[in-house]
Amino acid sequence: MSKIDRKELNLHLYKHLYLVRNAEEAIRKHYHEDEMKTPVHLSIGSEAISVGVCQAMQPQDQALATFRNHAVYLTKTGETDRFFAELYGKSTGVAKGKSGSMHLSAMDNGMICATAIVASGIPVAVGAALANKMQKNGKVVAVFFGDGATEEGVFWESLNIACLMKLPILFVCEDNELAVHAPNEVRKGYRSLTAIARQYRCHVFSDDTTDVEAIYHLTQEALYQMAETEMPCLIDLKYYRYLEHVGVNEDFNAGYRSRADYERWLKQDPVIIQREKLLSLGCSESEIRELERLIDGQIESSLAYAKSAPFPEPNQLHEDVYA
Amino acid sequence: MSRSITYRDAINEAILQEMKRDERVFVYGIDVADHKRIFGSTRGLVETFGPERCFSTPLSEDALTGMALGAAVNGLRPILVHMRVDFMLLGMNQIANMISSFRYGSGGLVNVPLVIRAVIGRGWGQSYQHSKTMHASFAHIPGIKVVMPATPYDAKGMLISAIRDDNPVIFIEHRWLYDAYGEVPEEPYTEPLSQAKVLRSGKDITIVATSWMNVEAVKAAEVLSKAGISAEVIDARSISPFDETVIVDSVKKTGHCIVIDDDWIHCGFGAEVAARVSEQCFGNLKSPVERMGYAATPCPCARPLENLFYPNAVSLIKKIENKFDLEPIDLTGEDFYSYEKKFRGPF
Ligand SMILES: Cc1ncc(C[n+]2csc(CCOP(=O)(O)OP(=O)(O)O)c2C)c(N)n1
Ligand SMILES: [Mg+2]
Repeated sequence: MSKIDRKELNLHLYKHLYLVRNAEEAIRKHYHEDEMKTPVHLSIGSEAISVGVCQAMQPQDQALATFRNHAVYLTKTGETDRFFAELYGKSTGVAKGKSGSMHLSAMDNGMICATAIVASGIPVAVGAALANKMQKNGKVVAVFFGDGATEEGVFWESLNIACLMKLPILFVCEDNELAVHAPNEVRKGYRSLTAIARQYRCHVFSDDTTDVEAIYHLTQEALYQMAETEMPCLIDLKYYRYLEHVGVNEDFNAGYRSRADYERWLKQDPVIIQREKLLSLGCSESEIRELERLIDGQIESSLAYAKSAPFPEPNQLHEDVYA
Repeated sequence: MSRSITYRDAINEAILQEMKRDERVFVYGIDVADHKRIFGSTRGLVETFGPERCFSTPLSEDALTGMALGAAVNGLRPILVHMRVDFMLLGMNQIANMISSFRYGSGGLVNVPLVIRAVIGRGWGQSYQHSKTMHASFAHIPGIKVVMPATPYDAKGMLISAIRDDNPVIFIEHRWLYDAYGEVPEEPYTEPLSQAKVLRSGKDITIVATSWMNVEAVKAAEVLSKAGISAEVIDARSISPFDETVIVDSVKKTGHCIVIDDDWIHCGFGAEVAARVSEQCFGNLKSPVERMGYAATPCPCARPLENLFYPNAVSLIKKIENKFDLEPIDLTGEDFYSYEKKFRGPF
């Protein structure tokens, strides 16, 4: 890849990272106003995973996410008007205010759904991949799930079927080694997810990088191998969850993890290191600032738009239940 | 001497006392031993009984439910806890296919003494995957008991009964009740798992309520009394087995019955109440039994829609105004309950 291509790619990736991070920072800033009446599971710290994976895929490729879905939604759509409106429960939201933070979706942008019942999106992704294969449309499905989801039987059932049926699906484990406050030691009776997954007929990758470019290339390699061999792929990507499981605050005083770990990961913060990379690739500070300013403006105007948008009308309650 | 404690503490005390009394009792489930302790209800258990008898588990509800059955038939008395009933549905196969029929399938030789605690109730715009109740669906299946106490007194007494019962008991707790205070004896005691209970006496109409809806019903009854309507509020408490005696006696007296259920209406518990009341009070009824419950939709997130989704004291008052052809009661100055303003008791 030429230097210019690389610079452009990294600018592109940084734009997405910056959008995700700052949209969520905006949530943190406004959440205490108690107008976003929906529980928020923030992606802060994990942005490189959603952005790297989704941007390596084609825009028409599909994704499914968990309750921690803001990053996937934002990078698949790039939009924030309907995003914030949904958090504010407004009629202009993604789902007219019916779904809230845990269930963002954008079918037109390939985001099929996000689910708040752990692991329940995984078999849905397998079905979506089956449909894509049967319709020979070339689309790939990426299903994002937390490490906790691998403890549900349906994860293994789904992986087995996907491998058996050679489906075009990418299983992406957003692995923070925590389920709410429970570490691996109280949840896992085995050593390594990826070692087990290697016994399945699929490709397996894992990494603990926070470098979005590295995740982008890793995903491209995965997609290439999937296409070549007609096999699914599982990628296990480690990250550190900066904030409490649900909510906008830190929780290092809760006693189940230490601030020191956080500080170690913070040195590799995905947004900061990407920005530094841009400078080293020859982007000017002002060029980066300009890009950031545009995104800040987008977020500000979407927030204002969401706040001023109307709530759904009472008759909306009964609409949309059946086709 | 009377002592007032919260619903949360009543549950906690019941478990602590039963675990002390009977070392076969143990508690497990996702996050039961983390620092939040299931909204505080499993506090002190690990400290008192150690990690063998109170432990957090992997996210594996299907297996956890089957394990309860295995442990129960092998001599223990498990309490499985779910932070939301919605997660319990992953174990529905074990509940409906295995647990419910096990005793029957053994020709009555093997008992299944287990408790599944499940938390229900509104939160902060949780929408459709964290807001179900499901008691009617569970109660539909023979072989399991389903109870949903509304007061701290019943929470403790019925949980102790559930733990001592030789049948599988699903114990449903509304999280908005957790901070409600009420008189609760310190010593262990049992409350029946099969009886409704009069929460407030009245003579003009019978309101049958489940779980949180009792709070709304009592509030409505207070407001209605100012308009000269004396409403009797009955907490159904036990969904299965369901003994209608208390309700039937009340309707024979009042001639009117409304069910306000913490669940969807269609094919729900209200229909069961209506059927039993019409069977047994046909000649006494002065109006058809009416049913209130959730809107026939998934639960929406946006607060204005969520408020319409749930029945409450105001919608109950309106229903009763209509029934009795009353002038609309002036509700200004009345304090109703919401996420921001939770009921703290006592009943
Ligand atoms: C089936 C089910 N069980 C339990 C829960 C409660 N719960 C919500 S998130 C969570 C932990 C999930 O951990 P993980 O999958 O690793 O995702 P993370 O929060 O780390 O992103 C739990 C136990 C749930 N939502 N669904
Ligand atoms: Mg996790």
